[in-house]
Amino acid sequence: MQHESISLSDHKPLLSVNDISHYYGNSIGCRNVSFDLYPGEVLGIVGESGSGKSTLLKCLSASLAPSTGSILYRDRTDAVHDIYAVSEAKRRMLARTDWGIVEQNPRDGLRLNVSAGANIGERLMAVGARHYGDIRHEALGWLGKVEIDLNRVDDFPATFSGGMQQRLQIARNLVNKPRLIFMDEPTGGLDVSVQARLLDLLRRLVSELNLSVIIVTHDLAVARLLSHRLMVMQRGEVVESGLTDQVLDDPHHPYTQLLVSSVLVA
Amino acid sequence: MTWGCIVIEVRNLSKTFTLHTQGGVSYTVLKDISFQVNPGECLVLNGPSGAGKSTLLRALYANYKIDQGDIVIQHNDKKINIAIEEPRSILNLRRTTIGYVSQFLRVIPRVSAIDVVCEPLMQLGIEREEAYQRAHNMLTRLNIPERLFSLAPATFSGGEKQRINIARGFLSDYPCLLLDEPTASLDAENRQVVIDLIQEAKAKSSVIVGIFHDAEVREAVATNFLNMSSLDYAA
Repeated sequence: MQHESISLSDHKPLLSVNDISHYYGNSIGCRNVSFDLYPGEVLGIVGESGSGKSTLLKCLSASLAPSTGSILYRDRTDAVHDIYAVSEAKRRMLARTDWGIVEQNPRDGLRLNVSAGANIGERLMAVGARHYGDIRHEALGWLGKVEIDLNRVDDFPATFSGGMQQRLQIARNLVNKPRLIFMDEPTGGLDVSVQARLLDLLRRLVSELNLSVIIVTHDLAVARLLSHRLMVMQRGEVVESGLTDQVLDDPHHPYTQLLVSSVLVA
Repeated sequence: MTWGCIVIEVRNLSKTFTLHTQGGVSYTVLKDISFQVNPGECLVLNGPSGAGKSTLLRALYANYKIDQGDIVIQHNDKKINIAIEEPRSILNLRRTTIGYVSQFLRVIPRVSAIDVVCEPLMQLGIEREEAYQRAHNMLTRLNIPERLFSLAPATFSGGEKQRINIARGFLSDYPCLLLDEPTASLDAENRQVVIDLIQEAKAKSSVIVGIFHDAEVREAVATNFLNMSSLDYAA
């Protein structure tokens, strides 16, 4: 068997975040956030409600222009785009081809009044797929991957359980092979058994597809399971960051220590 | 097959914990520790409970951040100081070079025992079939009954969980192994299997750092000792 032994992947960052701040009037959403995200890396953002996690995620996912700072995205051709400096059309194109956003509430990320199959197929059509048979075939394949009964392909997501809706949302986001996925509390509001299944699925897909992911969660166990490294946010600022198990097992900042020591063990 | 030359070199390592949630009390657990482990050696950490043995082992795995000093892993012509590396380099090192076996298995819901054991091999790009076969052999060697392979280990006994951990840690043939009481809850037969696994790793020129409370295991595998003692309870 071949050991690659201490070889560092020398990829360039997929996303470079430079000193992002966002203010709501006089109050801080997030402040002075900088980091690089590399291909295949899963970054967890943790912190309590109001710490700025979701604001930061919106800025990163091109949904909310930051007050200051820039975000550079490197596409498949190695071209770098300043995502708030490019045209709206270019930004929309990148959002369709390169990024996915998994909302906490699947009803925000799905179209409830069209079939499950159409929800998945919509992304394919947005990038030019026209052959009905191919689209349906692809949609069925993805229903299988996210463990939804293929007989439900023509049903409306409104008739699905919360866990199924969340899995459908993931399929809808992954179907056109994006490179970067943003997730906001993807397991929030689900029963623990449903959550375990979803986490298992996410873990598998992320590694199989070599996705880069930025995931916001207040659940440290979810963060530990899914992310390679963590940023801890408090009052809009990143107070600690590093390797996930290092941040959780040897927290240095008082706030991180408080978070880690506050978790109830079942 | 051997790994070429792998060496761990620790220089002036110090580690202090500060507990902000408990009045900011701080205590130094490791101070000015230096040692080197050469290919084929097994360094055993000796000392009473609280002397910092597990802390040191976790620092070598970059699970704990050190305050001072260097931890240099030299593998053939490459040198990495894990005290200052970026997370992705550390993760890469853990995939290819350093394995860590603790007494405790972190169970993931729904993931079967054999998948837990296979995972490091799959991350190295080994085909599922080969990875399963090797995991199968390793679990069998550790006397895990085949009917347990496809079950999630949450309901396994302490000794079974520990053997899952051992299988996972030894399966990838890491050039560098960190062992934190790998035999703590094993019976004599399985303890002997672990001793054999460690001896085989040494024969392949792996470097090993371990904590073994069991004198029999310690005597069987140690090539060197590092004696550690508790430091004063205040930084």
